[in-house]
Amino acid sequence: MTDLTDLGIADIRNGVRAGTFSAREVATAFNANVAAAKALNAFLIDTPEHALAAADAIDAKRAAGEDLPIMAGVPIGMKDLFCTVGVEARSASKILNGFKPTYESTVSQKLWDAGAGMLGKLNMDQFAMGSSNETSAFGNVISPWRRNDGGNAALAPGGSSGGSAAAVSARLCPGATGTDTGGSIRQPAAFTGISGIKPTYGRCSRWGVIAFASSLDQAGPMARDVRDCAIMLEAMSGFDPKDSTSLDLPVPHWEAGLSSNLTGKRVGIPKEYRLDGMDAEVAAVWDKGIEWLRDAGAEIVDVSLPHTRHALPAYYIIAPAEASSNLARYDGVRYGQRNLPDGAGLQDMYAATRAAGFGHEVKRRIMIGTYVLSAGFYDAYYTQAQKVRTLIARDFERVWDSCDLLLAPTAPSAAFALGQESDDPIAMYLNDVFAVPASLAGLPAMSVPGGLDSQGLPLGLQIIGKPLDEQGVLNAGLAIEERAGFTARPAQWW
Amino acid sequence: MTESTYRIQGATGEWEVVIGLEVHAQVTSNAKLFSGAATTFGAEPNAQVSLVDAAMPGMLPVPNGECVRQAVRTGMALNAQINRYSRFDRKNYFYADLPQGYQISQLYHPIVGEGAIEISLDEKNPDAHTKTIGIERLHLEQDAGKLMHDQHPTMSYVDLNRCGVALMEIVSRPDMRSPAEAGAYLKKLRSILRYVGSCDGNMEEGSMRADVNVSVRKPGDEFGTRTETKNVNSVRYVMATIEHEASRQVDVIESGGTIVQETRLYDPDKNETRSMRSKEDAHDYRYFPDPDLLPLELDDTFLDACKASLPELPDAKRKRYESELGLSAYNAAVLTAEAETARWFEALLTESAKAQGKPEAEVAKAAANWLLSELYGALNRMAKTIDDSPVSPAAGAELLALVAGGTISGTIAKQVFEIMLETGEGAGAIVEARGLKQTSDTGAIDAAIAKVLADNADKVEQYRGGKEALFGFFVGQTMKAMQGKANPQMVNELLKKALG
Amino acid sequence: MLADQAMSVDSKTVKKIASLARIAMSDDEIEAMVPEFNGILGWVEQLGEVDVTGVEPMTAVIPNVLRLRDDVVTDGDIRDKVLANAPAAEHGFFGVPKVIE
Repeated sequence: MTDLTDLGIADIRNGVRAGTFSAREVATAFNANVAAAKALNAFLIDTPEHALAAADAIDAKRAAGEDLPIMAGVPIGMKDLFCTVGVEARSASKILNGFKPTYESTVSQKLWDAGAGMLGKLNMDQFAMGSSNETSAFGNVISPWRRNDGGNAALAPGGSSGGSAAAVSARLCPGATGTDTGGSIRQPAAFTGISGIKPTYGRCSRWGVIAFASSLDQAGPMARDVRDCAIMLEAMSGFDPKDSTSLDLPVPHWEAGLSSNLTGKRVGIPKEYRLDGMDAEVAAVWDKGIEWLRDAGAEIVDVSLPHTRHALPAYYIIAPAEASSNLARYDGVRYGQRNLPDGAGLQDMYAATRAAGFGHEVKRRIMIGTYVLSAGFYDAYYTQAQKVRTLIARDFERVWDSCDLLLAPTAPSAAFALGQESDDPIAMYLNDVFAVPASLAGLPAMSVPGGLDSQGLPLGLQIIGKPLDEQGVLNAGLAIEERAGFTARPAQWW
Repeated sequence: MTESTYRIQGATGEWEVVIGLEVHAQVTSNAKLFSGAATTFGAEPNAQVSLVDAAMPGMLPVPNGECVRQAVRTGMALNAQINRYSRFDRKNYFYADLPQGYQISQLYHPIVGEGAIEISLDEKNPDAHTKTIGIERLHLEQDAGKLMHDQHPTMSYVDLNRCGVALMEIVSRPDMRSPAEAGAYLKKLRSILRYVGSCDGNMEEGSMRADVNVSVRKPGDEFGTRTETKNVNSVRYVMATIEHEASRQVDVIESGGTIVQETRLYDPDKNETRSMRSKEDAHDYRYFPDPDLLPLELDDTFLDACKASLPELPDAKRKRYESELGLSAYNAAVLTAEAETARWFEALLTESAKAQGKPEAEVAKAAANWLLSELYGALNRMAKTIDDSPVSPAAGAELLALVAGGTISGTIAKQVFEIMLETGEGAGAIVEARGLKQTSDTGAIDAAIAKVLADNADKVEQYRGGKEALFGFFVGQTMKAMQGKANPQMVNELLKKALG
Repeated sequence: MLADQAMSVDSKTVKKIASLARIAMSDDEIEAMVPEFNGILGWVEQLGEVDVTGVEPMTAVIPNVLRLRDDVVTDGDIRDKVLANAPAAEHGFFGVPKVIE
């Protein structure tokens, strides 16, 4: 019998529907993988009983002859940013120590409604601020991947959804939730050789998702292939009246609409993404991607997004500004940890609680955000950045006149060693140079594996689509997936 | 007191006071501005708190359409510009009554722009001394929670019930120049809000409170530095705050000091203002558009519906009472000052017109007089408001109809009204049961007249000798003899005849 | 504009920002943060070069309208849930160190 943990979302669901195996067998197999993979530090909390209960419910439904939903019997990992009832949600930060939500995020509820169960809460960069998972308060995730040089250097899984990426890639779960504020789904997906899609801003409800930067945060699925992403995105998406920025639109049947025939599609290659001194192997995979899409029937056109280079600095004003305000609620009064030095007053308690509770990167971003919003600087920084953001969005709008999709690398390099870039914040921020423009414009964007570099590490290709055209993005991803033939997986060492 | 005359006499001469008010008015709504929790007053601590109000991680605001509608209607009632495009901004600061760490408010693009209120400084003659006070803006914002400091030796307790309740902040221009003007402005604003139904104006329960900005200057000089006295919760206290703060500022300046721009508190027990413990940080609220909310855009349908739902406002009503009903300026002003009074009066008017089969204009004066003297007098004695009046407009109209129809005299009407207040019976039934019906029986009246004239032969003599002022005496005596039940007009006629 | 301002923050400014953000920091931590701050600010200041004449700041990234809720009480009366995670809750209130106003 096949190892059930080798199966992806579609295969598990289909097998459970067909009765080839039970949902409980699937949950049990993944629970075992989770329990055996502590060395990766991908899960902060294991919830095997949740996965089993969901599985049993599906098995019972099947026994009763009911139709099974689209994620029936699929156990998943849940990024720690999502609030789920009764399970500690900390956003990988000490400041939320002990916080057990009394409510269920809309996205997680939709997943349970679609038949999924939860294997556990996944490690991440603290408050989703980071690109390597090194800002977690509970130790970084270690990528299951290793270089082929035999050195066994511990590599970053990417971030902030590093636990999700590592868990999917190591077969600890067939799919996981991620969130993407400035590349947090796509970059870790690229680093670990899996697929991940950030939908159009407003597709997935933000209700019950611990906020980082409200105008950018979007949830999305991370899974082994494009079809699995389509299924899981369908389950996660949908209008939510509790989120004022939620889009009141029906959810397309993305899985049913999958087609790798790109005839009639024009794919733009943005010249500004070809940076000086670009990694040759990244450039080579990009070129291969262009050929694959041409082969799938697409017309390739050169396009220009002139404000691209301003995206990252604009992002590093807007996101910290929003975060500085969003994270003001962590004050030790209503939940989480409280630090109350002897004789401290209210304001001292706030300062002590936040000093002890937040990690260094979080503090740095809160302070940068506080600074750029402060009196006298607001227009020069924040307003200017939001104007630049308008220009970046306009670049995209203009480019849709000449193409339907864009193809670019996901990240400027393959996974780096843990500790390698953690001393220089700007070097770390540059990891998201290709990911951030689509975030600023709210566009759907996905990373799919393009191949391995000479060190045996995965490289990702990014497809960016028009607003609401997740289908186009998924289809182009599928065309690449079929041609890339990416079957590599990390050798199990954990 | 008018604007030109209010001056503070200092050692160095006369000072003028400059006043601006920021009024926080709680929007009348069932649920909060951004959450579905209830807004009612006096609930158990933290019972009216949603996860959004408590700023739980991942909670998001969704605006209440009724609060938006009420703000727009209020803006229209203030003749203000309604902004079709507005935004919610975050005002960031840390305090225990503010769980989010920011208040959702509107700084850059408020929902309502410039408007004006006309105040009257002479109640007796409302159109004679008027002044226009500019409104700078009206915006929507969240109220904060409440701290209790006296429940525990080392802790303050936090109750978030009020947290997130919708407030309208109505900011005036610094156009007021005396405590009386500020008082008139507040009363007028309160009246408009209550007419519109956007705020109950209940200052005791905190649904309306004012931040009072005061500065002083020598007449004609530039504005001085102002102080802001926070959360003053009655018209009387606002006026007292201004008096005391203005005198204090004059004293400070004349003794060589300077006024610091600061936040102060009014202490009603000591009747003084004092500086609030200065915050360690200068305020830097880091306002920015709330990224959880999109811009608020209002369309014609919405605005038209708001407009159509506006009631007649106090100024228009007052003028109509004068021109169409022929009421005196004073009566019209008093009847329209409060929406409840005007509502009651109009109900009385309708019922009176119906009962007497006459147009409203013909019954209005008597109705107004009776309401303002008899009913108000009774309510005052009983310490009741017009909404709790034990007598209904229909019952009042029945009484007035009996007077107008000559069934009872005005004097008897007073007695009947007292009985109505005591027993709750109708005027007609009281008159019937107690035999108070006015008599038009000429025989009875003539008999009474004959007796009065016979008993007062000397006065008859004097009258006939030219002392015509005695006529009233004979009327009074005749009415007395008839126990007030004679038709006064008939008494007049018959007396004249008898006296020749 | 940014490029002309050539802003550089000092430890006093960082200290003030830490205080505004309610994050207690030692003098050493403040000193260490100064170059990090200046590095990041120096980097983002390149935005000042961008000509934004006539450009409105971004408000809604995807065209969407702000929906308004009906005025119905749908929430509240969940005090236990509200207080469930509080570090100090007593008699139905949240407790904080005594505030003197």
